[in-house]
Amino acid sequence: MPLTPAILALNLASLTQSLLLVLAAGFAIQILRHWDLSSGSERQLGLERRTYLIATLVAWVFGGNLLSLLLFVYNAEQLSTQFVGAMCATGVLNANPWGWPTLGLKISLFFAGAAWLILNGVDNQAPDYPLVRPKYALLLLIAPLALAEVTAQALFFTALNPDLITSCCGSLFSPEGGGVAAEIAGLDPAVSLAALALSGLALLATGLRYWRRGRGGGLFALLAALTFGIALTAIVSGVALYVYEHPHHHCPFCLLKSGHDFVGYGLYVPLFAATALALGAGLMEVWRSAPSLKAIIAIRGPRLAGLSLILFALFYGLATWLVLRSNLLLLGPI
Amino acid sequence: MISFLRRQGYLLEYSLASLARRPGKHLGLVLVYATLVFLLASTLLFTQSLRQESALVLAESPELIVQRLLAGRHDLIPASYLEQLGTIRGVGERYGRLWGYFYDPAVRANYTLMVPRAAPPAAGEVQLGAGVARARGLSPGDYLSLRSARGEPFSFRIAALLPADTELVSSDLMLLNAQDFRRFFDFPADRFTDIVLRVRNPVEVRKVAEKISLALPDTRPILREEILRTYDAVFGWRQGLVFVLLTGAMLAFVIFAWDRASGLSGEERREIGILKAIGWETGDVLRMKFWEGAALSLTAFLLGYLLAYVHVFHFAAVLFAPVLKGWAVLYPDFRPVPFVDGLQVATLFFFSVFPYTVATIIPIWRAAITDPDQVMR
Repeated sequence: MPLTPAILALNLASLTQSLLLVLAAGFAIQILRHWDLSSGSERQLGLERRTYLIATLVAWVFGGNLLSLLLFVYNAEQLSTQFVGAMCATGVLNANPWGWPTLGLKISLFFAGAAWLILNGVDNQAPDYPLVRPKYALLLLIAPLALAEVTAQALFFTALNPDLITSCCGSLFSPEGGGVAAEIAGLDPAVSLAALALSGLALLATGLRYWRRGRGGGLFALLAALTFGIALTAIVSGVALYVYEHPHHHCPFCLLKSGHDFVGYGLYVPLFAATALALGAGLMEVWRSAPSLKAIIAIRGPRLAGLSLILFALFYGLATWLVLRSNLLLLGPI
Repeated sequence: MISFLRRQGYLLEYSLASLARRPGKHLGLVLVYATLVFLLASTLLFTQSLRQESALVLAESPELIVQRLLAGRHDLIPASYLEQLGTIRGVGERYGRLWGYFYDPAVRANYTLMVPRAAPPAAGEVQLGAGVARARGLSPGDYLSLRSARGEPFSFRIAALLPADTELVSSDLMLLNAQDFRRFFDFPADRFTDIVLRVRNPVEVRKVAEKISLALPDTRPILREEILRTYDAVFGWRQGLVFVLLTGAMLAFVIFAWDRASGLSGEERREIGILKAIGWETGDVLRMKFWEGAALSLTAFLLGYLLAYVHVFHFAAVLFAPVLKGWAVLYPDFRPVPFVDGLQVATLFFFSVFPYTVATIIPIWRAAITDPDQVMR
């Protein structure tokens, strides 16, 4: 394992986060077993008080997770100089089988955390806390995710062996790298960009319907999740090519570099935030029939959906502009 | 949204006023906090600039160096190898280099003697690095006397000093011409120290290296990218080592922060009690405390980072330099070039603000759930 401060920081952060989530999960079990709002017992009072602590802890854990996601990608980018054949973060994540799962787990943890916090916000608005049990049950599902993430990350870093000069012979002992991501995105850019446009239109239609009439929140969330996947694929197989103006450069991380004006942040931040908001809105819809939540969800859900649509629009606008301004011609007559 | 921001604004205002009312209590914490950030940031900033500097220096170095090995040790390479290397396709330019080390007992230091490829000094003249000149108290026009390999005294006139801005690599350097070099070291006429190859196409470098090791099995090709990679790893490792050593300090800081946050004075308790009695909710108290922590963290972080910046870039990291850059008699007087990046700041955050926050959450929550009647009674 390369002993760099960033790797130490990532391991430290993930370890602390999962410990805090395990703590929260222990409390979640108590809530699921003993929560009774009608009771005035000391235990119930203690539980109610502790929900504040858990909400604060969880908020911090997820905030930290967001930052550690960025640090993870940044760090992989910087480590790329130490591996033969790794040109950027993609090469480092390919260095062993744990790289991509770690990134995937970090992203899932981000979405799970955002959804939990949105749910918590809605629950706190209702006087009878109707979502306490589902909320803490969800926390019990998130805690193993965090444990998986810390394990995968530790395995990824410990299995990393930088190719350094050996005393006997310089180059022969450094294995030839497998190349960047082995062209994971062999998908036709025309197909992926068309899918992106179609999913955008479908999302706009369902989003506007939900925003104006308050119906179809679940469908909107589902489409948002689908669009998120399509968007990532389209970035890799289409948009990135236009940004780099190179028909074979697919890396989703090089977009974050200064050489490409940091456009990656402009694409990923709205995309991630929009998806998180849409998922939160969709999750809320499950409890729209709860009497004390009806009015709250009717206002909050569409509002979140509106915000999500604005962010999606930012993403689509930027992606379209990047394709249009590019000197690369991939589609249509040349 | 606007009401949310306004609410946070009021809470922040209240927290700042509350901090200002008890400056003494928080001063100690800010100082310890800032010292931790200072230690960590100094390490990061200094090593990062060393790393940058080495990458800049190596960017101009040749793609491939070929050394001859004899019984596993570096040996002089025959000039005839140059011909053989020329037949490998893809090799642009090739030339033998003459360089070596010389131990000068007068200052008890090693010099690096080298024959420059372009514009070598005239016979009997040398160009000196600033470190050597300082150690021997020499300036252009003076004479430098050294004992050659055969025991004869050799006198060189100093033609010029090497520019100060190259000191990181030229501090111990002495440039002379090939004839002087060979006579001084009694160096065989048909040998070089090593051979350097330029390969135009970066994709071909590894292939060329492979061919060399097949054609000349007693040599080892060293790639520039491998040297860069090794430097990168070494600097990263040194940073990591200092960070591991500082973990003790970080734990002490966490305990200190925890202790500070749990030991609320009677007055503070009463304050929270009154706030709750006039309608503040537990969540509001938590938010107020969060802003208090954020203000403290920001102050300490900026203070520590600023001090580290001044320490590294204005005082050349006097406190840590020996550990991080190594030690030598003729060490270059090196001014690091300022370089700050997001990775550093995020790493620092996880080593300072993150543990501070985690350590204070539980004590703050304990304070926030206090019942008003309990403290005011």
